[in-house]
Amino acid sequence: MTALGPAPAPAPPAGDPVPAPPLVELRGVRAAYGTIEVLHGVDLSLMPGEVLAVLGPNGAGKTTMLNVLAGLHPLSGGDVFVAGRRTNGASAADLARVGLCLVPEGRGIFPNLTVRENLRMAAHAGHDPRAVEEAAYERFPRLAQRRRQLAGTLSGGEQQMLALARGLATDPAVLVLDELSMGLAPLVVEELYGQVAELARRGVSILVVEQFARVVLGVADRAAIMLGGRVTDVGAPDEIESKLSAAYLGG
Amino acid sequence: MDQFLQATITGIATAAILAVAASGLVLTYTTTGIFNFAHGAIGMLGAFAYWQLRFDWGWPAPVALLVVLGVLAPLLGVAIELVVMRGLHDAPEAARVVVSVGLLAALLGLGLWVWPTDVARPLTRFWGNEHISVLGVRLTWHEVVAILVAAGLALGLRALLYGTRAGLAMRAAVDDRALSMLNGARPHRSAVLAWAIGCTCAALAGILISPAIGLMHVNLTLMIVNAYAAAMIGRLRNLPMTFAGAVALGLLDAYALTYLPTDSILLAQFRFAIPVILLFAVLLVLRQDRLRGHAARSTREVVPRPGWSGSLATAALFVAAGVVAAQITSAPDAVAVQKIVAVAIIALSLVPLVGFAGQLSLCQMSFAGIGAVVMAHHGHGGDPVGLLLATVVAGAVGALVALPTVRLAGIYLALATAAFAMMLDLWIFGLRDFEVGPLSISIFGTGSVAVDPIDVPGVDSAHDRLVFLSVVFALLYLLVVAIRRSTFGQRLLAFKDSPAASATLGVNTMLVRLAVFTLSAAMAGFGGALYGGTLGAVSAQNFAFAQSLPLLLLAVVGGIGTAAGALVAGVLVGGLPLLVEVAPWFENVNRVLPGTMGIALGRNPNGIAHQIRVGLAPLRRQPALLAGTVAGVAAVVGLRLAEVLTGTPFALALAAVPAAGGLAAQVLAARRAAGATATEGPDDVPLEWAGIVRPFTAEEVATMDRVLGLERRPEPTPSLAGAPSGVSAPARTAAGAGR
Amino acid sequence: MTAATAPAAALEVRDVVVRFGGHLALDRVSLTARPGEVTGLIGPNGAGKTTLFNVVTGLQAPQRGTVLLDGRDVTRLAPYRRARRGLARTFQRLELFGLLTVAENVELAASVRGRRRPGRSADEALELVGLRDLADVRADELPTGKARLVELARALATGPRVLLLDEPASGQSEAETEEFREVLLAVAGEGIAVVLVEHDVQLVMRTCSQVHVLDFGRVLAAGTPEEIRGNEAVIEAYLGAAPGVPA
Repeated sequence: MTALGPAPAPAPPAGDPVPAPPLVELRGVRAAYGTIEVLHGVDLSLMPGEVLAVLGPNGAGKTTMLNVLAGLHPLSGGDVFVAGRRTNGASAADLARVGLCLVPEGRGIFPNLTVRENLRMAAHAGHDPRAVEEAAYERFPRLAQRRRQLAGTLSGGEQQMLALARGLATDPAVLVLDELSMGLAPLVVEELYGQVAELARRGVSILVVEQFARVVLGVADRAAIMLGGRVTDVGAPDEIESKLSAAYLGG
Repeated sequence: MDQFLQATITGIATAAILAVAASGLVLTYTTTGIFNFAHGAIGMLGAFAYWQLRFDWGWPAPVALLVVLGVLAPLLGVAIELVVMRGLHDAPEAARVVVSVGLLAALLGLGLWVWPTDVARPLTRFWGNEHISVLGVRLTWHEVVAILVAAGLALGLRALLYGTRAGLAMRAAVDDRALSMLNGARPHRSAVLAWAIGCTCAALAGILISPAIGLMHVNLTLMIVNAYAAAMIGRLRNLPMTFAGAVALGLLDAYALTYLPTDSILLAQFRFAIPVILLFAVLLVLRQDRLRGHAARSTREVVPRPGWSGSLATAALFVAAGVVAAQITSAPDAVAVQKIVAVAIIALSLVPLVGFAGQLSLCQMSFAGIGAVVMAHHGHGGDPVGLLLATVVAGAVGALVALPTVRLAGIYLALATAAFAMMLDLWIFGLRDFEVGPLSISIFGTGSVAVDPIDVPGVDSAHDRLVFLSVVFALLYLLVVAIRRSTFGQRLLAFKDSPAASATLGVNTMLVRLAVFTLSAAMAGFGGALYGGTLGAVSAQNFAFAQSLPLLLLAVVGGIGTAAGALVAGVLVGGLPLLVEVAPWFENVNRVLPGTMGIALGRNPNGIAHQIRVGLAPLRRQPALLAGTVAGVAAVVGLRLAEVLTGTPFALALAAVPAAGGLAAQVLAARRAAGATATEGPDDVPLEWAGIVRPFTAEEVATMDRVLGLERRPEPTPSLAGAPSGVSAPARTAAGAGR
Repeated sequence: MTAATAPAAALEVRDVVVRFGGHLALDRVSLTARPGEVTGLIGPNGAGKTTLFNVVTGLQAPQRGTVLLDGRDVTRLAPYRRARRGLARTFQRLELFGLLTVAENVELAASVRGRRRPGRSADEALELVGLRDLADVRADELPTGKARLVELARALATGPRVLLLDEPASGQSEAETEEFREVLLAVAGEGIAVVLVEHDVQLVMRTCSQVHVLDFGRVLAAGTPEEIRGNEAVIEAYLGAAPGVPA
C-alpha cells in the first residue's frame, strides 16, 4: 500500500539518468491562524533517502510547517509537493495512505485506547493490523508487555515509543517526526533516535523537527534552522550547529 | 412488596427504552461533537413510519420493523449527516446548537405535515397485552422485548466499538481527530455511521415507547428529554453510565407513579416533570465550566454599535410603519399585525442575551407565558400595574433560573433552559389554582385565562393599539441600543468574545450573565403580557417549549445582533400564520419553515438583516438615489393610502422599491470602482462579469484553477517507482466531492 | 531558587503543583516578582509557562501551593477578585474582544469598579502604547503586533500592581519589539512588577533583571541574565545533551 516509494528499499530506482527530484518540497509556504500569519514563505526540500533536521526556537513555526505538510493545516500561500505531485489541500488521511507518516508533537497517541488498539489504528492506512503490531513489539519489546494497557497510562517515554512504533511499523516512505524527544529522559531519547538512525540506514526519508539540537544532529544528513516563520539556513549538520547558539540564546 | 416488585419491573422496562434512546444520543455526540436536539423528533418520525407501514398499510410487523429500522432510519441518519451536520464539528457552539434545534423544529413540522393530528392512530404493543409472570409480577411481552432489545443493543454497541475496525476508528476520532486522520482513518465515515446508528436507536425507542404514551407528535418528540437526562448522567460520553442513568430514571418514574399521592394538586402532574427536573439537577451537578478563551470563528460576526441619531431615525421609522399599517388595515387585520409587533417585542429580549452575550435560551416563550399569566390575574381591565408586575415576576423567575445555570455554557445552558421550559409545560402550567401558605396561586386555571390589553388613555381601537405597540417596540429598540452602547453592553460582548479575558480584567462575569439573563426574562415577560393582550385569551399552548424554538431560530436567522433580527422573528413567527389564512397550502410549509431556515442559515452569525444592510449600504453613499428611493417608498405608501395600490401589488411594490434602489446603487458603485481602476489597468469590467463580457485572462484561469484545486503541474511529473495516484489533483477532487 | 522571604515581593508563587491527568504540568514552582522590576520567564514549549500564568490569575486551580499578591494569599479568590487587587495579564493566544473597537476594549478595562488602586484612563493607556490613531478600529481587524499592544494597553488601564505578559513580542517586527521594550521599561519604572514570558530570549536577557528558566514544569534555574547565560543546565535544556547516538 505504500505508494510513494519502495519504502525499505534503497532510494530512487537505479539507472535513473535524471538527478533524483526532492521527495518532499515546500515552496514559499504560508500559513496563518486566523489573521495571524506564522509561516511567511517557507522553502524546504527533503531528498529521497536523507535525514533532514529542522531546528529552531519555540514559536518559529516548525510544527505548523509539519501540519501543513501532513494536510492538517491549510496553506494560505505557496505549494507543497510530495513525490512531485502538488498536494495542497489533500486530506491528512489521503497523505497517510500514500505513505507520508507524521508522528505529531506531544505524544501522538490515543490515550483512551489500549496499546494494541493504538497500533491497530494503522490498519486504516491500509496495513495489516497484525503485522503492524508484531513489527512494533519486535522493535520495542516493552510495548508488548503493555499491550492491554490504556495508552494514556504509559510513561512519557513509552507513549513516545508507541507513537514512533506505530509510525515505523507502517513502513512509511516519508517519516515526519515532530519533537520526538520532548519531555523525555536522555536514555529514552537515545533509544528512540537509535531507531531513527536504523530506519535511515534502510533508506527511509526522514524529516525531523527538534528543539533539542544535538541529539538530532547526530543522525541528520542535512540540517536547517527555522526562525520567525522562515527557513533561514540550510547546510551540513556541523555547520548548522555552530550557528545554533546564536539562534537560540542570542549568544 | 408485590407493588414494589411490579413497579421495579415496569421501571426497568421503561429504563430499557430510555437506554436505547440515550445510547444513540451518546454515540452521535461522542463521534461527531454535535448534540442532537432532534433525537426525539427522529424517534417520533420512526414511530409514525412504523404505524404507517404496520397499521395503516397492514404490513407484517417484522417487515415493517425491518424497513423502518433497517432502511428508513439509517437513511435519515446518513442524510442528516451529509446534508445538515457535515462540517459543523468545528463551527462555533452556538451555530451547532441552532442548526441542531432547527433540525428538531423542521422534523417536528414534517411529522405534523405527513401525519396530521386530525386522525387517531392506535399503535398497540407487540403481541397485544399478552404477558408472562415473573416472581408473581405481570410483565407484558412488549416489555420483555424492550428489555431484550436494550441488552442486545448494549452488547452490540460494545462489540461494534471494541471489536471492529470501524468502532476503533470512531473511538480514535473521539480521542484525537487529527491524529486519527494521520493514521489514514476518515472521521467523516465514522460520523455517517454514528448518525445512522443514532437515528436507528431513536426510531427503535420511539416505536417501543409509543404504545405507552400514545402516538402524538410533541409528546414523543419531548419524551426523549428523559433520554437526555440519562445521557447527561453518562456525561454524554460514557455508555455504561448512560445505561445506569436510564435505569435510575426508569425506576424513579415507576416508583413515582406507584407511590406519589394523586390527591395533591401540586403533585398530580409532578411525575411527568421528574426526568426534566433530574436533567436540570444533573446539569448543575456535573458541569463545572472553566472560563474559556475565545473560540476561533470562520465567519466574522457583526454587532454594530449604532449611533444615537441613526437609532432615533430607525425608531421613528418603526413608529411611522405602525401608523401607516394602522391606516391601511381593517380592524381584524390590525389585531393580526399587533401580534406581529408583540412577538417582535418578545424576540427583542433575545438580542441582549443571545446576540450580545452569546447565551442561548430555549425558554424565552416560557418567560413570556409567565408575563401573560401575571397580566391575566393582576392586569384586569388593562391595569398598567399588571404589566409592571408581569415584568418584575418574569425577571425574578429569570434570575432564579439564572442563579444555578449561569455557570453553564453552550449546549448545557440550552439544555437547562429547555428543561426549565418543559418543567413549566409538563407540570407548572398544568396546575389548577392552588395555595402555598397565605399565597393563592393561579396559573392557566382550567385551561385558558383572559388577558386584557393594556389600558392607555386615548388608545381605544385596534388601530390605536397597533400604533401604541409600535411605539413600545421602538422604545424597547432604543433601550437595546442604549444597552449596546453602555459599559454593560460592552461587557456582554466582551464576555461573548473571551470570558477568560473579561475575568482577568476584573469583570465579575457571573454577575454580568445573571444580569443579562434577568433583564432578558423581564423583557420577555413584558412582551408576553402585551402579546397576551393581543390574543385575548391565553393557554399553556401559546407559551409551550415548542413555541420558543421558532422564536430563537428566526431571531438568529434574522440577525440576532440587532433589533432587525427581532423584527424578522416577529414578522415570521407572528406573520406567517396569517398567510395560512390566505393560502391554506402554506400551513404545512410554515410548519417546517423555521426549522429549515435555522438549518440553512444558522451557521451565519449575522443573519438576513446584515445581508440587507450590506446590500443597501451603497445607497447611503449615493444621495440622489437615496432620496429617490425614499421618495419611491413614500409614493407607494401614498398610493396605498389613496387606495390605488392595495393587497399583494402594494406589498410587492413596497419591497421592490428599496431593492431596486439598492441594486442601482451597487451597479453605480461597481461602475465607479471600475472607472477608478481603468487608469491603472486595461480592465474596465467588474470582476464578476469577467468571462461574460470578455474572455478570462490566463492569470484569472490560473487563479480559478488554484482556487478550485484543478491546477496541474505544467511539466510532466517526475515520479518515484509506484507513482501515487492517490494524491493527483483530479482524483483528490473526486474523492473530496464524494466525501 | 528564589528566596521566598523577600518582603518587597508584589507577587509570590510558592510551590505550585498542577497535574493534568498523569502529566505533571507544574512541579513545585516558585517565583517572585518585585515592584519596579521586569522578571523574565523562559523555557521550551510545554514547560508550563502559560499554565503558571493561569494559576496566578485564577483561571487554573493548582493542586498544591499558594499565590500571594502583596503578601496576601489569593489562591482561592475568583479571577475577577484578583484582578481588582491589581493583577493584570495579556494572553499568548490573543484574547482581545474582537466585536469591540480598540477604544472600547480599553474603556471596558478602565471602567471596572471596586479596584484597590485607581485605573488609568483609556486615553492615557492608548497613548502610552502609541495606539491613539487606531482607537475606532475593530479589534479583530488589527495585525498581531498591534493587537498585542492593545492587550497591553487594556491591562495597563486596570492600574495593575502586577502585570503578567505572555509572549507580548511574538508577531511583532524588530522595530516594534524595540518600541515595546521601551514601553515595558517605562511601565516597570512606575513601580509595577512585570513578569515577562517570551520566546525571544534576547529580548528577555536585555530587559529583565531576574530570569527564571522553566523546564518540564520545574524551575531549572533563576538568576540574573548573566548567570542564566552561563548556566550549564539551561544550555542543555535549550540545545540538548551531547550527542550520544551514532550517525
